[in-house]
Amino acid sequence: MAILKVNNLIKKFGNFTALNGVDLEVSQGEIYGFIGPNGAGKTTTLRILLGILKATSGQATIFGMDAWKDTVKIHKRVAYVPGEVNLWPNLTGGEVIDLFVKLRGSNNKRRREELIERFDLDPTKKCRTYSKGNRQKVALIAAFASDADLYILDEPTSGLDPLMERVFQEYVTEAKKEGKSILLSSHILSEVERLCDKVSIIRNGKIIESGSLEELRHLTRTSVVLDTKEPIADLGKVKGVHNIERKNNLLYFHVDSDQMDEVMKYISQFGIIKLEVAPPTLEDLFMRHYKVDGGGH
Amino acid sequence: MFRELYTNTGKLAGFILRKDRIRLPVWIISIVVFTFLIASILPDLYATGADRQIMAETMKNPAITVMLGPGYGLDNYTDGAMMAHFMLLFSAIATGIMGILLTTRHTREDEEEGRIEMIRSLPVGPLSPLAATILNITLANIVISLVVGFSLYSLGLEDMDLGGCLLYGASLGVIGIFFAALTGLFAQLTSNTRATIGYSFGFLILAYIIRGIGDVENETLSLISPLGLILRTQVFVNNYWWPVFLTLGISVIIFGISLYLNSIRDLGAGFIPTRPGKRNASRFLLSPLGLSFRLQRTSIISWTIGMFILGISYGSILGDLEGFLNTSGIIQQMIPEGEGLSLTERFMTMLMTILSILGTIPALMYVLKLSYEEKRNRTEYLLSKAVSRNKVIGSYTLIAILAVPIIQLMSILGLWFAAISTMDDAITFNTFFKAGFVHIPAMWIMVGLAVFLIGYFPEHVSLTWLYLGYAFFVVYLGDMLQLPDWMSNLSPFGHIPQVPIEEVDITKIFILVLISIVLTFSGFIGYSKRDIQG
Repeated sequence: MAILKVNNLIKKFGNFTALNGVDLEVSQGEIYGFIGPNGAGKTTTLRILLGILKATSGQATIFGMDAWKDTVKIHKRVAYVPGEVNLWPNLTGGEVIDLFVKLRGSNNKRRREELIERFDLDPTKKCRTYSKGNRQKVALIAAFASDADLYILDEPTSGLDPLMERVFQEYVTEAKKEGKSILLSSHILSEVERLCDKVSIIRNGKIIESGSLEELRHLTRTSVVLDTKEPIADLGKVKGVHNIERKNNLLYFHVDSDQMDEVMKYISQFGIIKLEVAPPTLEDLFMRHYKVDGGGH
Repeated sequence: MFRELYTNTGKLAGFILRKDRIRLPVWIISIVVFTFLIASILPDLYATGADRQIMAETMKNPAITVMLGPGYGLDNYTDGAMMAHFMLLFSAIATGIMGILLTTRHTREDEEEGRIEMIRSLPVGPLSPLAATILNITLANIVISLVVGFSLYSLGLEDMDLGGCLLYGASLGVIGIFFAALTGLFAQLTSNTRATIGYSFGFLILAYIIRGIGDVENETLSLISPLGLILRTQVFVNNYWWPVFLTLGISVIIFGISLYLNSIRDLGAGFIPTRPGKRNASRFLLSPLGLSFRLQRTSIISWTIGMFILGISYGSILGDLEGFLNTSGIIQQMIPEGEGLSLTERFMTMLMTILSILGTIPALMYVLKLSYEEKRNRTEYLLSKAVSRNKVIGSYTLIAILAVPIIQLMSILGLWFAAISTMDDAITFNTFFKAGFVHIPAMWIMVGLAVFLIGYFPEHVSLTWLYLGYAFFVVYLGDMLQLPDWMSNLSPFGHIPQVPIEEVDITKIFILVLISIVLTFSGFIGYSKRDIQG
């Protein structure tokens, strides 16, 4: 069941087209990764979903309701963590957490205390003294302390240390287990890889790739490191083999995923001493999209 | 070692100048042009010696003294004496405000935003940012002093010799330097921008009030206030230079103290301690209205008290005014006695209008806070909760609208307390109350305008301040500069009946209230329809 649906979303700021037909669909119980370089349109998309910006055209719906018109109804069930957390310098972290939890409606004292402890935050300090990471903790605690059905997280871990990032991932996984949905925009591709069921890559205001990690990997190439007893002749002529390099008597090359079987049959004739096959990382995928098409700018 | 503390101050000063390449010229040109314009029209307004002498009689009024400072040379009220009496105090306040805003911008604000940290990571001395800022603003004020001085002299007016013109310019400049140094000090003592600006403006207002009371009641008291001190130059009458040098000397000492404090503190820290806060929010905070109230609590409390004190200080002269009006023949000829109204009551209406305009400042601050929050990206975060836009803008508007009658009541109470203790024939509370509350629609229109701009032209909300400044100018100097009626009619305060001289015109009041409601609600509609920026 689709919790969040974006259809051909276009947003213009004056002459500048920030979004040029974005489509997204997040189903219930799904962690959805939303990746792309700076300025690609991630935050603009999220702001339209939150009803803070008005789309020039196209539909954005959450829980089947219009993201612009039904903001209040939607927001009762949505928790949001902005990329740049700006808080009121003269309120304490504890006060801000209480305010945000209250404004959404629910109130769970025990869970709030647990989160404050897990994220190791001093809630009695004024927000002006918090570092970026601490401000992000305030936003994360406020988000996870409330009982939301959809979490919209905009680069939520960019200021967190690795320990806190782990805590964050635990809470995201827990939310997923409870059947909640998460839309996670991130730069940290290893995090997206670890958490997300599906991924969309956005570039220049357009989604250029969408699907499960498996599906995306299928579209790309596997990297292979190979050493054989006999030298391999004509590897370059085998269909699906690319980018051959020879270093320290080892062969490095890429194989199209759908040609894997043929390539393996071919190389096994030469007596394999060592074979390392690595699936493409999300980073490979990402880089490939941006390199092939000239970096995306 | 000493030189290392100030490494690259010159380059930094150049950089600050570059950042202010628009702002600084605008300040300088506005102050110079304004001074020049007024000085060039004054001689035509009061052409003959007899005109000026009549004016001098009315200017002996203690109400005028409390607003503009003591008049010097009233026996021989020359163009120069008039110019200094009308303009010196307010022009000096303008350079003072310039000093406060520019200094805060380049010291504590840059520090709070983390920009000083980046500068300090370069081969730059620890005291260079402060030194470069003060250096720049000092130079700017020297430019103002010289340009104002020479442009006044260029008018070639009889009673304005070169020495006097330069002294006039220097008096403005030195106040700018003083407030820059003072703000530099507060930037060390406090640990955030808001507090720096707050303390500096607080000092400016206090200096104005002390001077006002001192000028009427006690000469020595005025000398404590830098604004009172600078008026003792008696420009174009006696041309004393010592107040300029004294102020300059004090500024140098203050600057030295702030350099010392800067050298012994950590980056980002202040000396006025910050207390640990609450672990949990009180129930009162937990709504958009509670939040916007809480964010502005200190400001609301201090303005409420401040307006009461301002009311008292204006009211404290009502007794003197009574005595003055009863003895001054010329005034009694000029203003014929109305039906059962004392002359003091007539003057009170002007005081009330000025207090109302000043009281509009906090109301505007409360509603424009929303626009500040938006620029800081905090509204976005609030709106991501189950909170409608109407609720957010409504909270800020409601506080501003409710603040208006409360602030009016406070200044009325101040006036009244002072009146009953100083006047023989005290004005009744009822009269004060009517005269004060009749201004409320105009104040609401100003709030409505701010809401309207927030809704439709969020980049231009500061126009409201310009408009309020205009309204203030028209009331304060309109009569003396003999401005035409249409200029006063452009301000909502120009349409407020002058109770008790005029009758309360219910239709007019109703229309004014209607305008404020229309402005406010259309602002709400605009706000719900537009993109939130940040």
